[in-house]
Amino acid sequence: MNKNYIITGLIIFALAVLSPFWFNIVTTTQAAPEPELVGKAKTEKKCVLDKYEMRANHMSLLDEWRDSVVRDADRMYTAENGHSFNMSLSTGENSCLGCHEDKAKFCDACHTYASVDPYCWECHTNPKEIK
Amino acid sequence: MMKKSRRSFLKVAGIAAVGLGASPASNFASSDISLPVKSKNKKVLTAHRWGMVIDTNKITDEVVESIVEACHKNHNVPDFNHEVDEEKFPKTRPVNHKQEIKWIWEEEFHNAFPDKEDEFLAEKFHDLPFLVTCNHCKNAPCIQACPTQATFKREDGIVLMDFHRCIGCRFCMAACPFGARSFNFRDPRPFIEETIPAFPTRSKGVVEKCNLCAERLAKGEQPHCVEASEGAIIVGDLEDPESEIRVLLNEHYTIRRKQSLGTEPSVYYVM
Amino acid sequence: MLEIAIKGSKNYWLWIVFLLAVIGAGTIAYIDQFMNGLMTTGMSRDVSWGFYIANFTFLVGVAAGGVMVVIPYYLHDYEKFHRITILGEFLAVGSLVMCILFIVVDLGQPTRVLNVLLYPSPKSMLFYDMIVLQGYLILNIVIGWKILEAERNQVEPPLWTKPLIYLSIPFAIGIHTVTAYLYCGLPGRGYWLTAILAPRFLASAFAAGPAFLIILCYIVKKFTKFDPGWEAMQTLSKIVCYAVIANLFFFACEIFVVFYSGIPGHTAHLQYLLFGYHGYHALVPWMWTALILMSTGAVFLIIPQLRNNKTLLPVTCAMIFFGAWIDKGLGMISGGFVPSPLHHVTEYAPTGPEIMITLAVYATGFLVLTILYKLATQVKEEVLG
Repeated sequence: MNKNYIITGLIIFALAVLSPFWFNIVTTTQAAPEPELVGKAKTEKKCVLDKYEMRANHMSLLDEWRDSVVRDADRMYTAENGHSFNMSLSTGENSCLGCHEDKAKFCDACHTYASVDPYCWECHTNPKEIK
Repeated sequence: MMKKSRRSFLKVAGIAAVGLGASPASNFASSDISLPVKSKNKKVLTAHRWGMVIDTNKITDEVVESIVEACHKNHNVPDFNHEVDEEKFPKTRPVNHKQEIKWIWEEEFHNAFPDKEDEFLAEKFHDLPFLVTCNHCKNAPCIQACPTQATFKREDGIVLMDFHRCIGCRFCMAACPFGARSFNFRDPRPFIEETIPAFPTRSKGVVEKCNLCAERLAKGEQPHCVEASEGAIIVGDLEDPESEIRVLLNEHYTIRRKQSLGTEPSVYYVM
Repeated sequence: MLEIAIKGSKNYWLWIVFLLAVIGAGTIAYIDQFMNGLMTTGMSRDVSWGFYIANFTFLVGVAAGGVMVVIPYYLHDYEKFHRITILGEFLAVGSLVMCILFIVVDLGQPTRVLNVLLYPSPKSMLFYDMIVLQGYLILNIVIGWKILEAERNQVEPPLWTKPLIYLSIPFAIGIHTVTAYLYCGLPGRGYWLTAILAPRFLASAFAAGPAFLIILCYIVKKFTKFDPGWEAMQTLSKIVCYAVIANLFFFACEIFVVFYSGIPGHTAHLQYLLFGYHGYHALVPWMWTALILMSTGAVFLIIPQLRNNKTLLPVTCAMIFFGAWIDKGLGMISGGFVPSPLHHVTEYAPTGPEIMITLAVYATGFLVLTILYKLATQVKEEVLG
């Protein structure tokens, strides 16, 4: 086969494989969203973990928490900064949603952008979404 | 020449990969001194082995109804008799009542205690409602059966379900000698009249059953059935000789369901 | 070696396309089940296992039945089975693929299936089932492939296949014993709580497996140039004969123990199956059909003139296979769950989608079987001239 055909084919293939990126560059102008702190999260400034650790590790933290609550019956989490939290996603004032009150602006902002669909909400309910 | 440099390239690449892999681990090892602590709520109710006593003399049809409602409502147990909200849940398929979910319900004597069939059973027991639920057995066959330990025994004796881990194989349902377990054949949400946010709903494909209100005990509160029972049901520590439950067991003759199977149920019935 | 499978006659390809069509239809039904949950099946709170697990249980037996050709040839040098051991091993592979698929389609949360390996539970029989099923599958694939390859290249198979073959024998007994142990260790299910369940499973397996193998031999003889050998089929039919008699005898023992002792917790289930219970009798005609099929099959196999009748033999084997399927498939599951531990009766019948998915799993197994048998028979044709 002609060398030109091969190189042309390869270039077309490379372009095709990268097509999702071209599509996003053309249609979306926004950068990655910043999760917004509202309500108690903004005022109290009592954090479970620091921002960068949370961003990287909140998945495994929640995994640890759910094993701790369900299997070990431990529901209170005393963070390194001395503050205690209820190891719950949505129940009570001291839970995740208790401080980060707006799920859409906080959780969903990044998740929707990153195309992440955690199945937590198949079972856990957001008190604000219940009519 | 080509072979030698490719081999040495791979060697260097391999070492680099190991090195890169080791760096997060070394970060972790050198992290903070004070680690977070997980503990229980101060008001928690603990026990070495939780048990329940149901005084059948105090059980009436009204009490049964309020108990079942309190339990099912507060745990978001779907009610298949509930009419689905068409707007919120369009195109919900028709219900199969044989796939119902129940955590606590009433049975007649000969269904609750099939090993105590009696032709000459005392009249009063024929129509008396008997509440049946998970017995949180000491030697629970469901725990033995579960291949993922999604059904497990907590240190305080409660047989609990980890809904995150359940693969929905339903082996525990086959194993339970008391028919205490239900399976989510479909998404339960359309059939929950009023979602209580304090407790999660379940998704389709997992098994569920009475959890002895572990979430209430953790906050120092009594299980819902106890509160709604007007004194007919109490829970307590079977291994504490001075607990209320042990006093009751000492004063009355009690029976348990299918005792001869040796699963050691923790639910006692005062007759 | 796989390139053999893509060269075939028109009939071969028609069969493959038919199987793929069935698989396609079943996949659509499964997608609906996956999205909406097991509500599309006929299972209920009382009968929490149904057609999928029934077929799984039966097919584990068929897979174990393959050992009935391995033992005589490899342990006792029974030369007549030389040409068909590969057919037995590949039958085991096809059956095991179906077994594993049946488990997966039965799960409520199939995406979490790896939890069984991530959180090993040595007290759970399902854990051991997963291990021995995968183990036996891998053993048979490796052994069958290597031996076929060696035969094609006209050399002796590598030495390390020998210990694997010897290992596959206890594994074969193991897979069906563990599957029986799923049932017979549960204290609350009177129909299953019997020591004879594992022997009964094995007897029924050694009847159904070789019976199906005989039918497959007929098909192979008709559609390929490879002749498995009438003598081999005759020996197999004798194995089926004794196995089905054993199965019927064990069943008779069950009936005696249950009805003579009269313990209601045990009699209720057999009563439901054979005579109906409190007016519920959906399975009665099925159970009697199974007993008649298996007994008649046994008679046809005992009488030498009937056993050696080349036209009658496949019919007899089909009767026994189908009878064993009813007994182990439908009877076992429904019998165990009806009546429920609270003595309520909820009857069970599979729904349309459930049957469609079951057929698709069977089609997948048959596809695997067809391809493997194509390889085996083609290689044998090449080698034997």
